[in-house]
Amino acid sequence: MRKAQRRLWIVGAAGLVLVAAGALAMTAMRDAMVFFYSPAMVAENPPEPGVRVRVGGLVVDGSVERPGSGGANFTVTDGAGEVRVVYAGSLPDLFREGQGIVAEGAFERDGVFTASTVLAKHDENYMPPEVAEALRASGHWQHGEGEAGGYGGEAGYDTPPGSR
Amino acid sequence: MIAEIGRFLIALAFIACVAQTVLAWRGADKGGRGPAAEAGRAATEIAVLAAGAAFLLLIASFIRSDFSIAYVAANSHVDKPLPYKIAGAWGGHEGSMLLWCWILALFGLGLARIGPRDAALRSRSVSFQGLLQTLFFAFLAFASNPFERVFPAPIQGSDLNPLLQDPALVIHPPMLYVGYVGLSTAFAIAAAGLVQRSGGRELAGALRPWALAAWTSLTAGISLGAWWAYYELGWGGWWFWDPVENASFLPWLLGAALVHSAIATEKRGAFPGWTVFLALLAYIMSILGAFLVRSGVLTSVHAFALDPERGVLILGMLGVSAVAGFLLFALRAGSLGEGDGFEPTSREAFIGANNLLLAASAGVVLTGTLLPLIYEALDLPTPSVGAAYFNLSVNPLLLAAVVMMPLAPFLPWTNGGARPGLAQMKAAAMLLPVAAVAGLFIWSGAPLLAVIGGAVGLWAIAGAVMDAANALPAAKARGARLSASGRALAHAGVGMIALGAAADASRPPNIDTNLVPGEQLEIAGRVLTLEGITRADGPNYLADQAQITVSGESSGTMQPERRYYPAADQTTREVALKSRISGDLYVSVGEARIRDDGRTAFEVRAQYHPLIWMLGWGAIFVVGGGAMALAGRLRSQAPVRGASPAAARMEPAE
Repeated sequence: MRKAQRRLWIVGAAGLVLVAAGALAMTAMRDAMVFFYSPAMVAENPPEPGVRVRVGGLVVDGSVERPGSGGANFTVTDGAGEVRVVYAGSLPDLFREGQGIVAEGAFERDGVFTASTVLAKHDENYMPPEVAEALRASGHWQHGEGEAGGYGGEAGYDTPPGSR
Repeated sequence: MIAEIGRFLIALAFIACVAQTVLAWRGADKGGRGPAAEAGRAATEIAVLAAGAAFLLLIASFIRSDFSIAYVAANSHVDKPLPYKIAGAWGGHEGSMLLWCWILALFGLGLARIGPRDAALRSRSVSFQGLLQTLFFAFLAFASNPFERVFPAPIQGSDLNPLLQDPALVIHPPMLYVGYVGLSTAFAIAAAGLVQRSGGRELAGALRPWALAAWTSLTAGISLGAWWAYYELGWGGWWFWDPVENASFLPWLLGAALVHSAIATEKRGAFPGWTVFLALLAYIMSILGAFLVRSGVLTSVHAFALDPERGVLILGMLGVSAVAGFLLFALRAGSLGEGDGFEPTSREAFIGANNLLLAASAGVVLTGTLLPLIYEALDLPTPSVGAAYFNLSVNPLLLAAVVMMPLAPFLPWTNGGARPGLAQMKAAAMLLPVAAVAGLFIWSGAPLLAVIGGAVGLWAIAGAVMDAANALPAAKARGARLSASGRALAHAGVGMIALGAAADASRPPNIDTNLVPGEQLEIAGRVLTLEGITRADGPNYLADQAQITVSGESSGTMQPERRYYPAADQTTREVALKSRISGDLYVSVGEARIRDDGRTAFEVRAQYHPLIWMLGWGAIFVVGGGAMALAGRLRSQAPVRGASPAAARMEPAE
């Protein structure tokens, strides 16, 4: 095969794969991007009901109720706002009052947030970056909180099913 | 005292790395022989010994529970079982960085001993490896000292994260690091070759065994992590497209591309520039992975607790390595020579296409992983990019690569003499519809991607079997036989992974409920009865153990546990598994709750994972195949007595 012809082949194949990859990525991204809202942002400008978002903050002490039928309901706060979360699944092992968590789901029309996933980090010193940012923004960040030590193991969110 | 010695040893190793860089460079200028090259080689030994001794001292401090060392106090506890005390040495940031550095130095020693045959190229690559070592040892010595003292010393230590107290997690990080860090040798050889103006073919031949060893180890490390996630995290998944997983997947994808393109370059001179570029990029992705895991910039499953300053330093190392590598590439790529021509139906063409698809997958994964960071940098609301994105964008690309994979071994190299084995090609092509029908049959009612994945998996396995049947009798030399078997085995493993992943994507049953002792649940033709909850405390934890009897298929008892580790104040789940060829029954137990009628119920999660063993064995096959291909390659490289070089070239190892 002549050189030019071969180049054409290579460029054509590479172009094809790149276009395909780009198109796949763009379509996939449209559905898969989920934005984070702090409780303060929710109070100010709530997302449309039914739109998938992430909400995070500290779990309010005494707000957790576990219905006999299963699941758990709780309130998260960043000091400037509160969001009530309804969750039907099994809470992560390290879910705790006073701890920073991130919940993914959608708001109902009545303002309740129905979560399909609750993420809690398996390290009490760890704070999800979005939650830390939200606490800082609302002025409720205590210095050293969540940054203690700068050490800690490789660890896991305990992520319940339904998150995939 | 141990801490001070450890600190000194790290400083010594750092100095040895600087010496290695400078001396080996001078040595390479003198043709790779003479006192400077020798001294550079000696420096690699000092670096290995000093870093190794420091690592041993750290382990000793863990065994002695010396909590005056901050890192030991943060990752150990007096009550922890001995193996996990030892594993604590690489369970956190500083210690794992020391391990990383030591492995980096070991690879430096390896390059000096059994590196490229050309002495000048070898010495030059030892020098580049020394540069990479210097960067990381500096980071270790000045920003991540594992021997930092803490005062006053805590009495008990705050324990290694209980989730990490697990056999798979003891060996997962070392395997992973051998993979990550091993790619540095490909970088060093590629950069050295550019400086030396080596030809592309020679360079590809020199770096291929190193890339293969690193990639094989990376495969093993990632698989162990996936296995651990499956049975330890207690919710039944094995891959989550978490940023940190992606961080290991990026070098894996590029490494997979590299070990294939290097074959085409070495044997036929095809795409030399691309092979060298990949060798540089794969290690840069390793450093990017280290940055993502250790800087705390991403919300991730496994992130080390954060330190932004460290992140900046790792970003600096990333920048230095990338600029040095790509600048060299831009200036010298011309000397690699132009690729030889090839036909579109040749093996080179298929390897090229496979490389395109793997590189495109890497690009798509990189985009999804970094997008949140880009948004944040632009001060826009930060999105998270979930599994849906990766499944939809990466899976089709990888499936296309797996469709092409079994055909390539039947294709001849362009100038290989023989025309395509057309009959073989046809026979192989016939397998695709057969596999498709079989796949449809097995996963009827399953999602489309699962059906396609299953069919493609079967197709790949069938192709690998045919490849073995075809290539093994033809291979005369032991090395060639080993290489061919390795290829077939690894390709079969890829097919098995596709099949297992497809089965997993077919939405297998998952029941989340709560049971009062005596109550039952039904899953996949089995009835599970919660008989009761008993105490089963361990050395450093308290545990509730559920007694569950299974009737129906695979009857027996299952005992999942819920453990509480007081030292770390953490709760974990221990999953109970019942494995059969058809699949795994998977049960974990969660917290208790009071029902409205006053009875205590326990959360029970039951799942059925069809054919999940395919994933595990597939990974073992890929790793075994990689190891065999490496052994075959080393064997055919060794000089054969009585055989002329031309005769050796007649039968190249694959």
